[in-house]
Amino acid sequence: MSRVFKFNNDVDTDQIIASQYLLLPTIDEMKSHAFESLDADFASGVKEGDIIVAGDNFGCGSSREQAPSVLKALGIKAVVAKSFARIFYRNSINIGLPVLVCENVHENVNAGDEVEVDLTQGIVSAGGKEFTCTKLPEYMQNILNAGGLIASLNKE
Amino acid sequence: MGHTLIEKIVMKNTGKTDVRPGAIVTVNVDRVMIHDIFIPFVVEKFREMGFTKVWDADKVVLIYDHLVPTSAVEDVRHFQIGDAFVKEQGLTHFHRADGICHQLMPEMGYAKPGNIVFGTDSHTTTYGCVGCFSSGIGYTEMAAVLGTGEMWIKVPETIKVVINGHLPEGVYAKDIILRLIGDLRSDGATYRVLEFSGSAVDEMSVASRMTIANMAIEAGAKAALFAPDKKTAEYSKVDYDDVKWLKADDDAEYCRVMEYDAEQLVPVLACPSQVDNIHPVSELKGTKIDQVFIGSCTNGRLEDLKVAADILRGKKIADYMRLIVTPASRSIYREAIAAGYIKDLAEAGAIITQPGCGLCCGRACGIMADGEKILATNNRNFLGRMGSSKVEIFLGSPATAAKAALNGVIG
Repeated sequence: MSRVFKFNNDVDTDQIIASQYLLLPTIDEMKSHAFESLDADFASGVKEGDIIVAGDNFGCGSSREQAPSVLKALGIKAVVAKSFARIFYRNSINIGLPVLVCENVHENVNAGDEVEVDLTQGIVSAGGKEFTCTKLPEYMQNILNAGGLIASLNKE
Repeated sequence: MGHTLIEKIVMKNTGKTDVRPGAIVTVNVDRVMIHDIFIPFVVEKFREMGFTKVWDADKVVLIYDHLVPTSAVEDVRHFQIGDAFVKEQGLTHFHRADGICHQLMPEMGYAKPGNIVFGTDSHTTTYGCVGCFSSGIGYTEMAAVLGTGEMWIKVPETIKVVINGHLPEGVYAKDIILRLIGDLRSDGATYRVLEFSGSAVDEMSVASRMTIANMAIEAGAKAALFAPDKKTAEYSKVDYDDVKWLKADDDAEYCRVMEYDAEQLVPVLACPSQVDNIHPVSELKGTKIDQVFIGSCTNGRLEDLKVAADILRGKKIADYMRLIVTPASRSIYREAIAAGYIKDLAEAGAIITQPGCGLCCGRACGIMADGEKILATNNRNFLGRMGSSKVEIFLGSPATAAKAALNGVIG
């Protein structure tokens, strides 16, 4: 089971990881500052296998790959949003962070809920209901399945 | 069925005779841009992928701008890693203190009409001002492009934006793009290209088109495109006949068409803390402002400094006001000195800073504290962007900004 951390629309990458931490040399040093301005307890409270549920346009703003990277480093299993900003979406797949587009999950779960996420089928089960997420194009699914772009290139 | 401008650029690049939105194609990258913030990560990923040599040293541009000059001890590490990579790879397109990446790419001719360019920064959309398909990517993806020279893309749909008529006095390109972002909302162009046309666009300078293309990402766009005209050819130092093909067909298919009458547009501001929170300046008249910033890759060009100098010449900024002016590049700085704008602005009380990202990326040159308000000409007003997360950021044109510096209030 995965615990839900819930955010609304238009969460930008400055909010996921603020500019002043981008100069820290490693993602591990950055990760404790994730969502600092929105939810100061996020980084200390999140556990391996938890998920983020968000509204529209998650990850808008800068191209900083540190945004999906800190979430992955904190153990986030998947981000389930109504929609994603383009660069964040692509960066997430490239680093092997599953991103699921689903219209209805946001309205049907609350922060702290325990839900089931089936990444292979793209199904989120919450409160006795099942929500099917939009399938990735095959090309992107292959990169994600390999564990990201580096693993995928090394495989080739 | 004809083709949009983005489809034509992709077709020319790939040699395909027909591409349509949704198709996944691999393009040959004409140029890449990496800046100082992300170079350590790009180099690390490049090595992890097992690459040793970039695919074409001539196609790689490294620009230091976010950390110039350094403001923290840790910043130096980025230069050391960048300098070492330049030497190792024999890179020749390398700028250590010449200005902001998005200004330099078109200005130095690295991004030309019809090119496909990627950069490690979301505002890479700027080069669409000269009809170049350019977009921002992450550092892992950049490392892969450095090794292979290729990048896969999904051919995007296009929103056609037509602006006809003359802009009224006091209304600028910045007001157009802010209005458009307000209408589209911050995700209204996600995965899509914004293609601009109309008589108001024809009348615009390349610099003004740059302001518009720069902010396309604030509506989520993958790219912004302006078909090159004779002004573009002169700016990019190419033969107009060679770039005439860069225009959409009359029967191209668009997912949406938006039309504006330039005469009806008014000066606007993006209000805290979202770029699509647009209100007319007249609605906010009298709002007290603590600091004004004129600069950035959005509005730090000669025409922007001229507008500000024309408003502030022979006058003094308001008591307690802090005015920061940052030319977008060294060559703009030099031209602004020659034209007398820098003298006008400095005598009015402006602090003139070195060309670079400075305040816009929240690292240096005017960081602000809780409860303060700034009117700035850059492209983002997110929480915490310019100091504490309780700073209120308003975005507007250089004219709106200069007036606020003079009066201490909006309007």
